[in-house]
Amino acid sequence: MQVIKDLLAQLPFATIEQKEKEYTVTVPKEKLRETATLLYNNTQLPFDYLADIVGMDYGDELGVIYFLSPSRYPSYVLILKTSTADREHPQIDSVHDLWNSAGLYEREVYDFLGIVFCGHPDMRRLFLRQDWKGYPLRKDYDANPELNPVPLSNEDLDDMENMPATVIDINGERIKNHTKLFEEEEYVVNFGPQHPATHGVLHLRVSLDGETIKKVDPNFGYIHRGIEKMSEAYTYPQILHLTDRLDYLSGTINRHATCLCVEKGLELEVPERAHYIRTIIDELTRIASHLLGWGCMAMDMGSITAFVYGMRDREKIMDIFEETCGGRLMANYSVIGGVMQDIHPNFQQRVKDFIPYMRKMLKEYHLLFTGNPIARGRMDNIGYLSQAHAISLGATGPTGRASGWSNDVRKIEPYAAYRHADFKEMLRTDGLTFDRYIIRLDEIEESLKIIEQLIDNIPGGAYAAKTKAIIKLPEGEYRQRVEAARGEFDVYINSRGDKYPYRIKFRSPCMTLVNTLAHIAPGTKVADLIMLGGSLDYVVPCIDR
Amino acid sequence: MFHFEVVTQWIDEFLRTYLTDVWALLIEYVLIGVVILGVYAVLALVLIWLERKICAFFQCRLGPTRVGPLGLLQSVADMVKILLKELIKIDRVDPFLFRLAAFMVIIASICTFGAIPFDKGLLVIDFNIGVFYLLAVSSLGVVGILMAGWASNNKYTMIGAMRSGAQLISYELSCGLAMMTIVMLSGSLQLSEIVEQQAYAWNLWRGGIPAIIAFVIYLIAGHAETNRGPFDLPEAESELTAGYHTEYSGIQFGFFYLAEYLNMFIIAAIATTLFLGGWQPLYIPGWDAFNSTMAFIPPVMWFFAKAFACVLLSLWVRWTMPRLRIDQLLNLEWKILMPLALINILLMALWVIYL
Repeated sequence: MQVIKDLLAQLPFATIEQKEKEYTVTVPKEKLRETATLLYNNTQLPFDYLADIVGMDYGDELGVIYFLSPSRYPSYVLILKTSTADREHPQIDSVHDLWNSAGLYEREVYDFLGIVFCGHPDMRRLFLRQDWKGYPLRKDYDANPELNPVPLSNEDLDDMENMPATVIDINGERIKNHTKLFEEEEYVVNFGPQHPATHGVLHLRVSLDGETIKKVDPNFGYIHRGIEKMSEAYTYPQILHLTDRLDYLSGTINRHATCLCVEKGLELEVPERAHYIRTIIDELTRIASHLLGWGCMAMDMGSITAFVYGMRDREKIMDIFEETCGGRLMANYSVIGGVMQDIHPNFQQRVKDFIPYMRKMLKEYHLLFTGNPIARGRMDNIGYLSQAHAISLGATGPTGRASGWSNDVRKIEPYAAYRHADFKEMLRTDGLTFDRYIIRLDEIEESLKIIEQLIDNIPGGAYAAKTKAIIKLPEGEYRQRVEAARGEFDVYINSRGDKYPYRIKFRSPCMTLVNTLAHIAPGTKVADLIMLGGSLDYVVPCIDR
Repeated sequence: MFHFEVVTQWIDEFLRTYLTDVWALLIEYVLIGVVILGVYAVLALVLIWLERKICAFFQCRLGPTRVGPLGLLQSVADMVKILLKELIKIDRVDPFLFRLAAFMVIIASICTFGAIPFDKGLLVIDFNIGVFYLLAVSSLGVVGILMAGWASNNKYTMIGAMRSGAQLISYELSCGLAMMTIVMLSGSLQLSEIVEQQAYAWNLWRGGIPAIIAFVIYLIAGHAETNRGPFDLPEAESELTAGYHTEYSGIQFGFFYLAEYLNMFIIAAIATTLFLGGWQPLYIPGWDAFNSTMAFIPPVMWFFAKAFACVLLSLWVRWTMPRLRIDQLLNLEWKILMPLALINILLMALWVIYL
C-alpha cells in the first residue's frame, strides 16, 4: 500500500522488509518511541490496533516485537522490532500511553524476559509471583528448583500492591519510583481466585465505594502452566496438545491455528477435505462456546435456568465431537497436515439434525431471556465501550464487533474453508452490554449458516496430508491469525530450523478482555462488574497460558 | 365441615378434668411448642424437596431421584447431614453476635409461623392485633441478618447484610401497606376475624380492584422479603458467594436455610389468610352442589392448597427471572410499589365507603 510506504519513508533509521501485506520494520531502541508515535498519530493511516507484543531472547540480544495493524485495513500488518544488547539492565521505552492494550503486554514481557519498560507506571510481574527469581523465557534461565522452591506461604500483599516503575524525568534521567495500587483507607474486596463468578481462577482486586466500583486490578497467574516455556522443549506435534488447553472452550480453534502456522512454515499442501472438516468443527466449537458464554452471563445475572438451557444444548455438540474426535472438551482433532482421523459416518447427519434444533432453541432463548424486562434493565445502558477504546484495548472478537469494530479474521484473512462459505460479519454499533450479549446469539445463527453450506459439500479424498516423521520447521518467523470464539487468536513461531520452536507465542484474546473489564467497570455497581465479566466472556487458562 | 377446633378443645377439656389449670396450661404450652417446631421442620423439608423437584422441572432436569421414591427422603438425608456437620470456629468473628444471629433469624420466623390460622382453632395465639403482630415479628429477622453480616467480619457478608437491610426495610413498607388495605376492608386486625369474614367471598373478590392491586403488591414485596430471586441480592451467589451467611457452617447455616424456606411459606400463608380466604373453602353463590362438595374438603387442606399455590408462584418467578441490581431494586420499591400502595389505600377507602 502506497500510504504505508510513504509513512515508512519518514523513518530513515529503520530497516524495512515487505512480504505481501506484511511490513517488518526494525528500529534502534532509542527511536522506538518516535516510530510508535508516528505510526499511531499519523492522520493518513493510523496503526491503532496493537495485536500483540512478543518478547524475544535472540541469544545475544533481548528484543521486543510489536504487531500493529490499522483498524481500517486490518489485513495489513506492521511488525515493529527493536532490541537491546544490555542483558543486565535491559530498558526499552513504554508505549502503554499510545495503545491501552500495551499496559498488560509490557508487564508480560517484563515478567518473562526482564525487560523494563521506561515510563510504564506499573512494572509488577504479571503471571509469576513477585518474588520469583530469574526470567523464565531467557535462554540463560536457571530452572534449578532450589532457586524457586514451591512457595509455602501466601504472596505478600505489599508485594502485590506495590507498583515499581522506571520513569523518565524532565532532564531525561531515568529514575526508579514506587506507587501504591490502593490508598490506605480504600475498601478493597477480593473477587477470586476462588469465586463463583470469575469463570476460572482469576483474581480481581476491587476497590469499592459502597456498591460502586472505583478501581479494578486484575491479578493473573493462578493457573499459569508455562505453556510457552514448555513448548520450547516440545516437538511441534507435541505442542498441539497444549493448545487445546489454552482457551478450553475454543480448543479446536487454537489447535487449528497452530497447525496452520506450522503448515505455513512447511509449505504443506493440506487436502481440501481436511480444510472443510476443520472449518465445520471450528464453527461447532464456536457455537458451543457462545452457548456457554450466554448461559454463564445469564447465570452471572442470577438466572440459573438459562445457564442450564445453554449447557443442555451445548451437550449436543459435545456428543457430536465425542463420536468423531473421541474427545469432548479436548477434542485433539487437528494435526499437522489435516485431521487426526476421518469423520464418523453419522457426523453429517447429526450435524444436519442439530442445525434446525439449534434454530428453534435460539428462539426459546430470546423468549426466556432476551425479552425479559429485568434482564433488559440490567443490560441496557451499561458498560459502554466506544469503538476507538475497543481498538486501543485490542478487544477483538464479539466484544469489538459489538462496538462496531470490524475485526473478524475469517473475513480479513480467510483461512481454511471460510472462503467457500457465504456469511455475514455480525456488527453492532452501540457497544453496550446488551450488544455484546445479542451479538453472540447472532453469531450462533451465522455459524449455523456456515455449517449448513459446508456440511453437504465436504470433498472426498484424504483427510490428512502425509508428513515426515520428524517435523522440522525451516528457519524463519511464522504467524497465523485465526478467529477464536473470543477474538483474534495468533500464533507466532520463531524457528531456528530445529524440531522444537525457538520461541512460540500465543496471543490470548482473553487477556485484553480482562483489561477491558478493568477499564469499563469503574463507576458501575458490584453486580455489574460480574455481569460485564460475563458479557466479555473471558476464559482464564487462555490468559495465564 | 370438620374443624380442628374440636380436637384442640377436647385436649384442653381432657387436661383440665385431671389437672389443675396451671399444670394443664403448662402441658399445653410444651405440646404447642413441640408441635410448632415439628411442623416447622417437616414443612421446611417438604418445601426444600418441592423446590428441588420444581426447579428441576423448569430446567429440564430430574432433580433428586435416588433417596426414597421420587427422592422424597433426600431432604431428610440432607437434614441428618447438616445436623452432623462440624460447626467451624472462625477467627476474628464476634462469637456472641455470630451465634446469636442464626437464632434471631429462625426465632423471628417461628414466631410469625405461630400466629398463622391454619384452621378454626388451629393457631397458637389469636391476638386482636394479629396483623400488627405479624408485621412486627417478621421484621425482626432483618436484625439477625445484619448481625450475621456484621459479626462474620467478612467483606462479602458485610455487603450482603447492608443490601439486606436496605431491601427488607424498604419492602416492609409496601408489604405493610398492602396488608393495611385488607385491614381497612375487614375493619379488624384479628386474623381469625379476617378469615371468618371471608366465608362467602374471599377478600380478593370482596375488595374488588383495590384488593387485587394489593394482592399483587403484597406478592412482589413479600417475595422480596424472603430474599429469593429475583430479589436475592443479599446472598447473590455470583457476586457475594453466599452473602450474609458465607461464613456459617453446619446447623447454624441450617437455621438460615430453614428460615429462608419457611419465610417463603409464611409469606404465602399470610397471602392466603388475608386475600384468599384462609382455610375457607371456595364458595360460589348459587352453585349449591358445588359448594357443599367443596365444604367436604377439610379446611386445613384448603389452607395448605392455597398456600402451596402461592409458593409455586414464588418458585416459578425465582427460577425464571434474573436478579435485579440494588438501585433498580430500590427504584422499584420507592418509585413504583410504595406510591402505588398508598394510592391503593385511598382507593380501598373509597371502596369501603361507597360500596
